[in-house]
Amino acid sequence: MHALRLSSYTLISALGAGLAPTLAALRAQRSGLARTHWETVDIDTCIGEVPGLDDFSVRSDLAQFDCRNNRLAQRALETDGFSQAVQAAIGRYGARRVGIFLGTSTSGILSSEVAYRQRDPETGALPADHDYHHTQNSYSIADFVRHYFALSGPAFAISTACSSSAKVFGSAQRMIAAGLIDAAIVGGVDSLCLTTLYGFNSLQLVSANACKPFDAHRDGISIGEAAAFILLERGEQAQPGDIVLSGVGESSDAHHMSSPHPEGLGARLAMQAALDMAGLAATDIDYINLHGTSTPSNDAAEDKGVSAVFGTQTPCSSTKGHTGHTLGAAGGAEAIICALALQHDFAPGGVGTTELDPRLASHYLLANLDAPMRHVLSNSFGFGGSNCSLILSKVTA
Amino acid sequence: MSALKLYLDGIGLCGPGMAGWEASRAILAGSSALVLAPTVLPAAEALPSAERRRVGVPIKLSMAIGFEAVRHAGADAATLPAVFSSTDGDCDNCHAILETLASEDRQISPTRFHNSVHNAPSGYWGIATGCHAPSTSLCALDATFGAGLLEAATQALASQQPCLLLAYDTPFPEPLASLRPIPYPLGIALLLRPERSAASFASLSIALGDEAPDVCADATLEGLRQSIPTARALPLLQLLARGETGRVVIDYLHDLSLAIEVGA
Repeated sequence: MHALRLSSYTLISALGAGLAPTLAALRAQRSGLARTHWETVDIDTCIGEVPGLDDFSVRSDLAQFDCRNNRLAQRALETDGFSQAVQAAIGRYGARRVGIFLGTSTSGILSSEVAYRQRDPETGALPADHDYHHTQNSYSIADFVRHYFALSGPAFAISTACSSSAKVFGSAQRMIAAGLIDAAIVGGVDSLCLTTLYGFNSLQLVSANACKPFDAHRDGISIGEAAAFILLERGEQAQPGDIVLSGVGESSDAHHMSSPHPEGLGARLAMQAALDMAGLAATDIDYINLHGTSTPSNDAAEDKGVSAVFGTQTPCSSTKGHTGHTLGAAGGAEAIICALALQHDFAPGGVGTTELDPRLASHYLLANLDAPMRHVLSNSFGFGGSNCSLILSKVTA
Repeated sequence: MSALKLYLDGIGLCGPGMAGWEASRAILAGSSALVLAPTVLPAAEALPSAERRRVGVPIKLSMAIGFEAVRHAGADAATLPAVFSSTDGDCDNCHAILETLASEDRQISPTRFHNSVHNAPSGYWGIATGCHAPSTSLCALDATFGAGLLEAATQALASQQPCLLLAYDTPFPEPLASLRPIPYPLGIALLLRPERSAASFASLSIALGDEAPDVCADATLEGLRQSIPTARALPLLQLLARGETGRVVIDYLHDLSLAIEVGA
């Protein structure tokens, strides 16, 4: 395949708004997780909240889209010069030749959660101002971005739980290869809501403390929120130092709805497929950003999958201890963390983890590793056994 | 822009008064009238019994259309990449979770939660078929069928393997039904191939454009086309049901449509 260039990207998470604070937090091994009170949630846990979203509204001409998820999206679009880069791409290719493929697991469902508390006691009707189409529906995020830029190209939202915003890279790549578009806005946005907090809690997958991936005492996830956007264009013009998408691997576990395959079979297939597409050997990968949710079963299965493909020497870590698990935004967010690792030649050490699980074989980094980075791989796995691995590479002279 | 050229090996259909593709061809071809009746959903026999008991309308619906298309094509479900395309996912389950979260006791059932992901039918399909191939799940509100068709077509062309599109929609109960009125569950599956096979019975050449979409001449079918996103494909299915070649334009986003040349 022809590699696609990441010509602009931005990330907002609990680590901060934009690439600079994200890089600083990675360098400092700082976590954005905190034990805070959010909305009306009565679960004792730590969350990765993006501050200030309650005191902010989306652009007035897009007011019908106003909800926490789209507010977070707009914040990110207006960070790191991302919207200017998109405008320039529209100038080059035309509004119909820029596609939008974004991942989300819960979109703006918080708006419906709140609206259900305000149902008419007589009729059961929702408040008159509740707008299902522009908030709760999964497409809301892609529709919002399409309207934000007045784009008229292909668009959809991918919702495959926690692999959503990794899989969008594959969709963009296929659409560009088919000649339907010249550029694509990919990434993902997921924001805090009751459904995921109470839902993961019902499965006993939420830790009472900040998560600690690959730790011997890991006991669940910490939920975070994030907006990650990447502008992808054809890679022919890539210059030395540019970051390109060189491989995407997708697979299905075909095992269980909410537990990974115990041997990491689907994970292994996805990682190998990404290597095959990139034309790389396992030894070419300098760092693996793990899915690393910090549940006992995910980390054990992923460790088996990684060891099977890479052996036990490739440096790896999960950055969920930094950001929390940002669910449908995690693939996009972690792709951007990988881009920063490539750009600045370092592999981020995990945070939260103090005592590595001796049953896990992977070379998990507890401290940052300064080393030349040429190719890095990012894993994202979701409920329903949906797996996606991405390989990003730095163009050399 | 060049069109996407694919071959069609199998169709699955399940909707109101339409129990399967073969059983519904006369209705779609216009030689018999559609009588709207509740969609009949077969049990998800391919699932282990523990899973079968837990599944709702979208999973039964997608299993019905998926297996019909696979049988029609004589394909092996265990090796097929798949694209699941649905505007709202599992609407009954979503409503039940929203009600619980608005109540005094917010403890939602773990099964309800893991079934709430938009890709739940994809996960159960994988369990039922033992398929490890890539599978995706997407949404584009009323444009969901067109979005799924583009994703499946580009998946087949990029991978040079067949791809199964499973498009389905289900109704919400009230109060969301008032905001998002979808009258009946309806699903359409298409098994697409990048190269002609012995089972191929039509070629499809798909191009993005901005022509107005074709409508269904029959008022009942047209009512479905307008009210169920998956039913935006009905003009294409009508042409295929008549066994004709020709050109049809189906709805995609409000400013985009898909012009499809159907060949032999």
